Order: sequence, then C-alpha cells, then structure tokens
Amino acid sequence: MTKFRVNKTKHVDQTKTVSFNFDGKSYHGFDGDTLASALLSNGVHLVGRSFKYHRPRGIMSCGSEEPNAICQINENTDLTEPNVRATEIELYEGLKASSQNCWPSVNFDIGGINNFISQFIPAGFYYKTFMWPKSFWKKIYEPLIRWSAGLGKSPTKPDPELYDHKHVHCDVLIIGGGISGIIASKIAAKNNLRTILIEDKNILGGSTIFQKNENYKINNKYSSEWLDDEIAELQKLDNLTIKTRTSLAAYHSYNYLLAKENISDHLPLDKKNGGIRQRLWKIRADKVLVATGAIERPLVFNNNDRPGIMLANSVKKYLDFYGVSCGFNNVIFTNNDSAYETAVSLKEKGISVEIIDIRKKSNSKIVKNAEKLGVKIYWNSTIVNTFGHRKIKSIEIMNLSEDGSNVVGDKNRINCDCLAVSGGWTPMVHMHTQSGGKLDFRENDQTFIPTEIDENHINVGSCNGDFELEEIINNTNKKVKNFLKVSETEFDNTSVLNSKELDKRNIWLLPNYISEGKCKSFIDFQNDSTAKDIKLALREGFKSIEHVKRYTTTGMATDQGKLSNMHALGIIADTAGVKMGTLGTTTFRPPFTPLTFGSIVGRSVGKFFDIIRKTSIHEWHSQNNAKFENVGQWKRPWYYPINDEGLHDAVQRESKAARDSAGILDASTLGKIDIQGTDASEFLNRVYTNAWSKLGIGKCRYGLMLNEDGMVYDDGVTTRLGENHYLMTTTTGGAANVLSKLEDYLQTEWPELDVYLTSVTDHYSTASVCGPNSKKILTKIFPDKDFSDEAFPHMSYQNAKIDEINCRIMRISFTGELSYEINVESKYGKSLWEKCIEVGKEFKITPYGTETMHLLRAEKGFIIVGQDTDGTMTPIDLQMDWIVSKKKYDFIGKRSLYRSDTIREDRKQLVGLLTDDPNEVLEEGAQIVSDVNKKPIEMIGHVTSSYFSPNLNKSIALAVVKSGKKMNGQKLIVPMENKNINVTVSDSVFLDKENKRIYA
Amino acid sequence: MFLINCPYCGERDQSEFSCGGEAHMVRPKQPTELSDDQWAEYLFMRKNIKGVQFERWNHAHGCRKWFNMVRDTSNDKIHAVYKMGEKPPVE
Repeated sequence: MTKFRVNKTKHVDQTKTVSFNFDGKSYHGFDGDTLASALLSNGVHLVGRSFKYHRPRGIMSCGSEEPNAICQINENTDLTEPNVRATEIELYEGLKASSQNCWPSVNFDIGGINNFISQFIPAGFYYKTFMWPKSFWKKIYEPLIRWSAGLGKSPTKPDPELYDHKHVHCDVLIIGGGISGIIASKIAAKNNLRTILIEDKNILGGSTIFQKNENYKINNKYSSEWLDDEIAELQKLDNLTIKTRTSLAAYHSYNYLLAKENISDHLPLDKKNGGIRQRLWKIRADKVLVATGAIERPLVFNNNDRPGIMLANSVKKYLDFYGVSCGFNNVIFTNNDSAYETAVSLKEKGISVEIIDIRKKSNSKIVKNAEKLGVKIYWNSTIVNTFGHRKIKSIEIMNLSEDGSNVVGDKNRINCDCLAVSGGWTPMVHMHTQSGGKLDFRENDQTFIPTEIDENHINVGSCNGDFELEEIINNTNKKVKNFLKVSETEFDNTSVLNSKELDKRNIWLLPNYISEGKCKSFIDFQNDSTAKDIKLALREGFKSIEHVKRYTTTGMATDQGKLSNMHALGIIADTAGVKMGTLGTTTFRPPFTPLTFGSIVGRSVGKFFDIIRKTSIHEWHSQNNAKFENVGQWKRPWYYPINDEGLHDAVQRESKAARDSAGILDASTLGKIDIQGTDASEFLNRVYTNAWSKLGIGKCRYGLMLNEDGMVYDDGVTTRLGENHYLMTTTTGGAANVLSKLEDYLQTEWPELDVYLTSVTDHYSTASVCGPNSKKILTKIFPDKDFSDEAFPHMSYQNAKIDEINCRIMRISFTGELSYEINVESKYGKSLWEKCIEVGKEFKITPYGTETMHLLRAEKGFIIVGQDTDGTMTPIDLQMDWIVSKKKYDFIGKRSLYRSDTIREDRKQLVGLLTDDPNEVLEEGAQIVSDVNKKPIEMIGHVTSSYFSPNLNKSIALAVVKSGKKMNGQKLIVPMENKNINVTVSDSVFLDKENKRIYA
Repeated sequence: MFLINCPYCGERDQSEFSCGGEAHMVRPKQPTELSDDQWAEYLFMRKNIKGVQFERWNHAHGCRKWFNMVRDTSNDKIHAVYKMGEKPPVE
C-alpha cells in the first residue's frame, strides 16, 4: 500500500492489485479505483498542461465536471481515445494513459513559455494578432496554431469496436442514482410502473454512499448504511431496470432521451472479447424524473489552478470512498458549511487540516463539530496567492474587509500540500434546460433552480436546489408522490438528522492586494480563461453572455463549463452592476458529456451505412463485369468493360452497338406508380403539362411534371392500361418524391378525385431492348406476336407471354432507336434478361449501362431531369413548348409559366454546343462566356451534358445559355484553366432530326 | 423529437413524419385569373410564427396520410392534430 492510501473502504478491493501505466511509468492501484484515484494514491497530482498557457494542472474533481485531468488512453493502438477524464475511467489491468497538451513532457513543457508572456495573449488574442500580413496565414499562422492547439490525438484507423443502439419505452425514467433517484425509483417501481434508473457511475448511491458521519443520520442509521439497505431492496424489485455506467447525453422534447451505456470500457484489453463497446439507448419515457445532483463550485482567486488544488467534496470522496488522502497537510478554503464535512473526515482519520472561511462566523453543528476536533479555522479570510510549481506548497491569506470587497491587515503564509476548495453548489440543471425547461435565480445561495414545465417531467434532490439531507428526502418523497399520484410511501415518516445549514457568503471574484492585471484567477480551467479576460471582454463592449462566452471561450471546452459558467456570469453581473438573475444563462446543449462517434452511428457503418437497392438482374451484371454507379440508393450498371477496357472505350463500343445492331439496358430502377380510379385521367391532366384525356387504352405518352413555381420537376412515360388504369414511370431518383407530391395534391387539394396511387417500382423488372435489330429479337422471344408498325405502333403497349409468364411490352424509346421495354414481375427479371441475351446473341446484342444511355439520349437531345435541369428551368427554357398544353385550363405550375420572371427572354435556355475542334470534349459544368476580354467576364451559361459521340464521330454537348434560343450558329467560348475552347451554338438534336430510326 | 399522434395510426415517433409547411393554404381554383402579385401570395408567402402555428404533416413512413397539426413553435407543444378537410379546432 502506498502512503497515500490511508483508509480501507468497501468500494475499493485492496486485495486485488491492478497495474497501469501513466506517461510511461508503471504504477499500481486497486480494483475499484478510477485512474484519478489510483494516480492520487501514488501521489501523482500533475497530469496535464493547460490549453493556452501550458500551466501545470492536477486532478481537481472526481466526476464528469473534471476540467484538467483529461488523458489520451491506449496511445498508438487502434483503440486510442483522446480527452478521457481520468476521474471517470475505471482502472483496469494494463491501462495506458498519457498527458495531453504538453511537449516534450508534462514535467517540462516548452509551451510553458506562454505562461510568462500571458500578458500579451489576452482574450481575443488570435482574432487580434493573426491578421496580417495576409500571406502569413496559410503557411505560418495556421499550421502553428494547429500544432499548438487541439486536445489529444485522434485515432488514425477505423474504429475496430462494435457499437449498438437500443430503443426502449418506459413509464418512468429516473436519471441519477443518488439518494433522491433511489427514493424516486423505489416509489415508482413499487407502484407498478415500469421504471428505468440510469446512473453514470459503476455503483449507485451518489455522494451519500460515503457519508458515514455522526452528523448525518436517517432513521437513526448512518446515512450511508441506510442507503445501502435501500439499494439492496431496490435490486430486488421486478419492474425496475437499473443501468449503471450509463450516462444521459441528451434530453429532447416529448421525453425522448439518449443515454450512453459503457459496456466494455472498464475491461482490460484482452477481456473485451470483440463484443459491443458502448450502447446508445434511445428512450421514450412517459414520465421523467431528473435527479442529477449538484456540482461543487470552485472559488476564483489568484493562482487557483495549481496541482493539489481540488474541490472539497472530491477530496472527501477520495478519502472516504477510495481510501486515498490527497495530502497530509490540508487546507480547506470555503464559503459554506459543506466543506466542513471534508475537514471532519480528515481530522477523524488523524490527518492535518485547517480551514480558511470567507464567512465571518457560523454556528451550525458541523462547524462546532470541526472546532471540537481541534480544526483551526481562519474566519473572514481569503487566499491572495498560492505557491508551488508542480504541486501546491503554500498559500498566502489575508482578512476580508467588512463588505468583502477588499483585503485588509497582514499577509499570513500557510504551508500545505493540498488545498480543498468549496464555493457552494451548482444544481445540474443541464437536463432540465435541454428539455426546454426554464430556470429561476435563487438569491440566497446564488443558484439557478429549475421551474417545472409540464406534468411529465420533474427535478428532485440537489439538482432541484435541495442541498440538505432532510430537504432531499422529504421534498423528493413529496414531489414524487404528487408526480406519480401515489398517496403514501414508506418514506413518509423518515427521521433525518442533518447538521449543516445553507448559509454562505458569496463573492464571485475574491479581492486581492495584487492588481487585477497581475492576477491569474482562473474561471475556465480547461480553456484557460481568467476573470481578467471576462472583464476585458466587457470593456471591449461585449455585453451578451453568449458573446462574452465566445470571445473569451469560457465554458466552451469539452467540460462545457460545468465549473466555470456560474463564475463567469457572476463576474459579468458584478462588473456590469446588474442583478445576476437578469443576465440569463448560456444555452446548455447536448451532449452532457462527450459522446463517441461510434455510439452515435451505432451499426450504420460500412455496408450498413445506407440501404443498397439492387435490381433482380444485379447478379447477372456483376458476373458480366459491370461497373456500377449509385443512383439514389440503387446500384445501376454504369458500363460493362471487356477485358481491360476503360470507361471511354466501353461506352464508345456500347453506343455504337446499340445504334448499329442491338443494345439492352436494365431499366428496372425507373420509378413506377400504379394509378387507378374513375378520375385517373383527370388527375393526370392536372399533374402533367400536356393533355391526357384522349390517350387511348394501350397507348403511351411522355409527360413533363412541373412544380407549382413552373419549374420542371420530373418526367417519364405513362401508359394507359385500361379505362381507369395507368402506369406512370418516373426518374430513378425522383420516384419517392413524385409519389409523395402526387399524394399531397390528391389528399389535400383534390380530395374529391377518385384516384389511388401505389408504388410498384420494386414489383416489376424492365429490360429495354433497342437498336435496328430489336424487332427481330422481340419476334424471336414472342413468336406469336405481330411487331409490325401497324400492329404494334410506336408509343403503344401490349400484353404478351413467355411460357406462362405475363409480360407488358411498351414500344417506347429514350435512345431514339426502335426500342421495346419488356416488364415482368421482378422474380422473373433475371430469366427474362438472360432470354434476351441468349436470343440476341446472333445480333450481337450488347448490354449497356447508364453512361451509354446518357450518351445515346444526348445525341437525340433528350433531357435528363436533374442533369440538364436544376430546378430553375421551365419547359419553355428547355425549348419544349410543344409539351405544354395551351388548351388546358389548369395544371400544376401553369400559372407560373407567365410570371414576369418566367417570361423573360434572357433566361438560361437549353441549346446544343458543338466544339470547333470535333475531338475536343467539353467538361460538364464548364462555364460559358461570349467575351473573355471584357472584365469582369460575364458568365452566360454552363455545360450540362457532354460526350464524344461515336455515331456522329464528334464531340457534342448540351448547355444552358442566357437567351440561347436566339443564338443558333453563334460562336461562344468555354474558358478552361489553360485554354479557351471555341464552340458554336447548335440545335440540341444532333442525330436523326426526322425521327426515322424509331421505325427502323 | 416529437411524439406525434397521427389521426390514423396513433402516437408515433417524429422520425416517421415529414412537415409540409403552413396549413390551410388553399390552392386558388382559378389561377389564370390571378395577377402576378396574387399568385405570388399563394406561391411564395408563408407565415413563420413564433407561437401557435397551423402546419401540414405527412406520416411519410407510415400510413402516408397528410393531416394538420397545431403546434406552438416556441416550445414545440402540439395542441391538436386533425384530419385534412376538418375544421381547425378553435383556440
């Protein structure tokens, strides 16, 4: 046992030694220790350097509020994690931890120079300094700041561990397993409510669990023993789920909460077994009880950040819970009664302690108890300075003036090796405010207290401002009864002995004889902001708390200002001469403590990142060497290289084959909507720009759909299957949105229409066979069918069968070739495809992908919605006036086609572009200009589609150009990085203007 | 994350729904008779109230039905949900 391990407790098993490594040195702790308690038991206080001034910093607290003791664990492994609070990691065999923010080592840190030049790096230093010369920014300032800033190192490889999500519902969720959470859980569970209790530590009991003191008794037992009995009973309750090592991250509206459960973080590396590391609980609770407790406040005085300066209650926890004394020559600096508990505990174990109390006197029982034990108390005093570089060695104290605004009398030096500080308590209202709750300011102890917001959420215990034991028990019992509508509980007649009083003397910034400018009175320890910085910000004109926070970075570190926000507010209020309650607070945002990325994404990584949709023919594509492209969630064949063919060569070959003989495309991904009802034709009339009433049964028609603002939204071919039955196709990417939009109109604007919409995209697979030989192939597949132009004309559909399988054949064309789309139920998709390939062999049928499809349609000047349009193109802009019905009274977007803006003649309009050099292929997205000499150069359009056409043996492009309609034949320029490309505006149809090929 | 009481399915998580903006914007019966300004009023102008607001919601990943909701945007309290075509509940 080390000399600092002075006490045996039941929470730390001193028979089980655990070895670990900190900054390259081996130490021993025990089972039940945290990294922090184990370090302290070895006398190690100095664990890191501060962020800005690189001042030595030590462990300050024992929980999630810890600002200083943040480490890198398991460095140089895939499991490494930065910014882990030493106060929260449970010690395990082989744990490796190291300090952050120091180079070359925590004991000698070159950045410490910042401490001596701190006069010159005040708040806003970066904003003010790294401004000029401008050229220094990229090469000098930014790399320098990046190197010196930052907390820890992120892992360089993918996280090898597993994470999980879990959705849960419950009647009552209780956040916090301290005394009030335990009382609340017991009442809830005993009243037949499905209850979940979550606690971030590995055991229940909060701070009462180590409160074994004559001054605090419940029903004549020590409060810790009473609570032990309660916990033992609690664990027997059926409808209560207790989740330890689970911390609440977020409290959203309607009682939706996120909590992170640590499953294997406390296990040695070799015992993790590749199981789940952390699980994110997504909880929807009927009622939520917040019992998150309170955090002790530090005090703000000169040099209040030295290693060895800790929070008083944490010193008590290290002693009474972990059995570790943080020092043998302790001084307590306080403004309230609670720190006297620490003094009594230390003194009872024979450890030296003295008290500096800001107050003039206190007569509470606990103070009397301390005096009786012989603890020396310096009343009405304050610390004006502290000494000791890597660990506190001594302090200097002075008396306070009557009003506390100044120091008087002589300086008095006291030696110490640990300074325990208490500035009173701050209720943890984070959860309450995250959920939308408001706060009231309580003057007598300067705290923000939650005000209740609704009937499904309350706060109990010290997070509600009840700090004294009898208040906690009685008020919690009363509130929970009321909240859960319970008439009596076992806690109704609990007798409580409490020896403390809620009496404090609050001074936000303690006075000093040293001038303010020379004091380093830290408010935010992690971000190194001082009282001086806050005052400077106020002098520079920042008034809002949110602005001061950002300018000084107070409260913006990984601890989110758990220790600093109240002091910042207090000092602002004092300096500005306003009442504290009127300033409001900064916003508390989730997560309460940092979450790992792993727990946020859960299983949605790698191939589970997003849904992958494959057509029923996918397997054939894979086997035939297809390269795929993502279209929405679909995997579509992009091109089918033969041997080592690249994209360009494959597409040239595929395009040529489709025009010369036959090609085949998997068109299954196109959106398909089945439309039925007596008003189906009228419905189509209203959603498409062209007329539908006269479309005969068995005929197909191309339609263009607009938004109400007149812009092209989607397009596709719709087939009339019967009198009141249509099959609409949409673009692959637009399918879901089109259905949703159509439903919207149907349900909200035209509920009188008898129309039903059903998505059938996945129900059918489609093989599109095109090319001059397609008719021959179809005839071979369907020998009984007459495919002559008279029997089966362009833009018509017929049913047919392959064996007993029903097929719908549409003679429609997106390539400009004679083309048939064969639809079958999806399960037959692959057999249909293989049949087409088999039969097409003698015609050298060539499978082609999306790239070739795009090229073929571009040769014909057919648009692709989303490529040649971008939500600002009307059909008129696309030179598709022919599809806009003049006769129809109304359709979606009609009125917008003659708004003052949409009838402008200088809108960007779709045109064809031919490069003067036929081998020069333009880049899609390239800008188009008419004059490169006039500066600034006016951009008049851009290239939307561009290909080298093997069928025309030249480069072709589609583009949108201002007033393009009137520019046919005009010369324009596409300026590129190293040259200007000369182009000529042309018609957008490059091939077969007479549409002869569809009758091939 | 709201808990929304779909008038057709009951209480469901907000992730199943999508919001469709302000409710009770009736599409003009005769758009062609409207001036640009009048049409723009329907097409572009929407209130964005801090306080009680009438909104359209769609149970997109559920029954696909549209319905209306009265929500206080300042605290996200949902005061009522009602089917399309039904009269909004009087405050």
